Amino acid sequence: MTQATYMDAAPYQDDLVKKFVLAATFWGIVGFLVGVVIASQLAFPALNLGLEWTSFGRLRPVHTSAVIFAFGGNVLFATTFFVVQRTCKVGLYGGAALGGFVFYAFQALIVVAATTYVLGITQGKEYAEPEWFGDLFLTVIWVVYLITFVGTLYKRREPHIYVANWFFLAMIVTIALLHLGNNLAIPTGFFGGSWLKSYNIYAGVQDAMTQWWYGHNAVGFFLTAGFLGIMYYFVPKRAERPVYSYRLSIVHFWALIFLYIWAGPHHLHYTALPDWAQTLGMAFSVMLWMPSWGGMINGLMTLSGAWEKLRTDPVIRFLVTSIGFYGMSTFEGPAMSIKAVNSLSHYTDWTVGHVHSGALGWVAFVSFGALYYLVPVLWKRERLYSMRLVSYHFWIATIGIVLYITAMWVSGIMQGLMWRAYDDLGFLQYSFIETVAAMHPYYVIRAMGGVLFLVGALIMAYNFIQTILGNMRDEVPYEATGYVLARG
Amino acid sequence: MSLQEIYQLARPLWTVWIFLVFLGIVAWAFWPKNKAKLEEHGSIPLNDD
Repeated sequence: MTQATYMDAAPYQDDLVKKFVLAATFWGIVGFLVGVVIASQLAFPALNLGLEWTSFGRLRPVHTSAVIFAFGGNVLFATTFFVVQRTCKVGLYGGAALGGFVFYAFQALIVVAATTYVLGITQGKEYAEPEWFGDLFLTVIWVVYLITFVGTLYKRREPHIYVANWFFLAMIVTIALLHLGNNLAIPTGFFGGSWLKSYNIYAGVQDAMTQWWYGHNAVGFFLTAGFLGIMYYFVPKRAERPVYSYRLSIVHFWALIFLYIWAGPHHLHYTALPDWAQTLGMAFSVMLWMPSWGGMINGLMTLSGAWEKLRTDPVIRFLVTSIGFYGMSTFEGPAMSIKAVNSLSHYTDWTVGHVHSGALGWVAFVSFGALYYLVPVLWKRERLYSMRLVSYHFWIATIGIVLYITAMWVSGIMQGLMWRAYDDLGFLQYSFIETVAAMHPYYVIRAMGGVLFLVGALIMAYNFIQTILGNMRDEVPYEATGYVLARG
Repeated sequence: MSLQEIYQLARPLWTVWIFLVFLGIVAWAFWPKNKAKLEEHGSIPLNDD
């Protein structure tokens, strides 16, 4: 059957995907910009401006939510809707109506959440800051999203459900469970208090454990499973090679599903959480090495027979580098979950560096690769406005990440060592403020890394605008071997 | 043996059952006879437009 027949029978909802691509680009830039602002505030506290609304404590959740949920979320909506329609060879269930609801409601939620954070209305739960009304709103959006996704799978014309959709569905279902489980809160309005404040039904260590069951699985299922779905579609697509081992992808999926959900307690080492639970979290975190590296090998080896694309196609470079960062940060994570290592790394900048090697190197890079693939396809352009600008984006962003994570490694390990240093009499050798002063140069380097990452994203946005306008930059084709030879 | 007793006997060993299910998945995925059928799915992204 030809493509035309499929298209006639059920046109793909590509206008919807376009909207999510534009939203992802916009929120990505907003999120990176706020990241640069708060990184600068840490280096130069005067930038807090002395106002409660612009203080670090209020802007930090704006940054984390903007990059994870606004940028990452819109990327996931764009890619899941694009991929599920094409791998099922059928239009989106619910069509423009349900898809459009998800789009507009989600953008509205982002604005509501960011506004409440700045005004100081928050649950105070990391990565789950929105108050109860925001949580209920997201629940409605997420259920509609689940219906469109499962409905599309149900009416598919392709007999097999492609593995990327397994990862996407696991992401949608698990995020629903985590969101509901972690946000069981009662508004104080029922008891004569404010309707803008709620309290969680859990308290003490149960609250902490529920929070990090949520927090770590948001990493595991939103930032890992979801973006692995992107990897399993866009890497084969861009490399024009089948998945290296489909059987390995099946084992990768189930190993990730069975193991990840138990890793949360490693966020609570040496706390009131029972020792056995900490050790359980550590053991499952270390076991996660297996699916991580299985997945990395599967992604990288998909390039086998097409390695020259790394030189000739900067979009492939983004995708392949993201897989490298996936392997690296998911090697570092289990190492840091080992209690002996964690006793040094916990509460230090090492954790911040680790998170950003995953977030910038893996999540953002695989997203950039997917977006660069999507824009010319969706707007039916022959190619991107400029491949050279993609290459500039790649190198500028990569240098930014390297500055960021190396600064945080040095700063974090130094901080941990200073905290545990004793003098001859058994007193702590350094006061807290001495550790803060020692970290200052690294905070400046980190902010510079963030600026480079933001500049790269602005270059991408410019490239997208020109591509959408239908312009093509007059440049020597990136793929031309003659150019490479002449340069070499 | 009542259902309740079987449940109480099996419950502490859930890791074992889950692990067996996982081993079953691995065996199924890498069973030589299934190779051709499963690897064919790896080309789905290339055949969609």
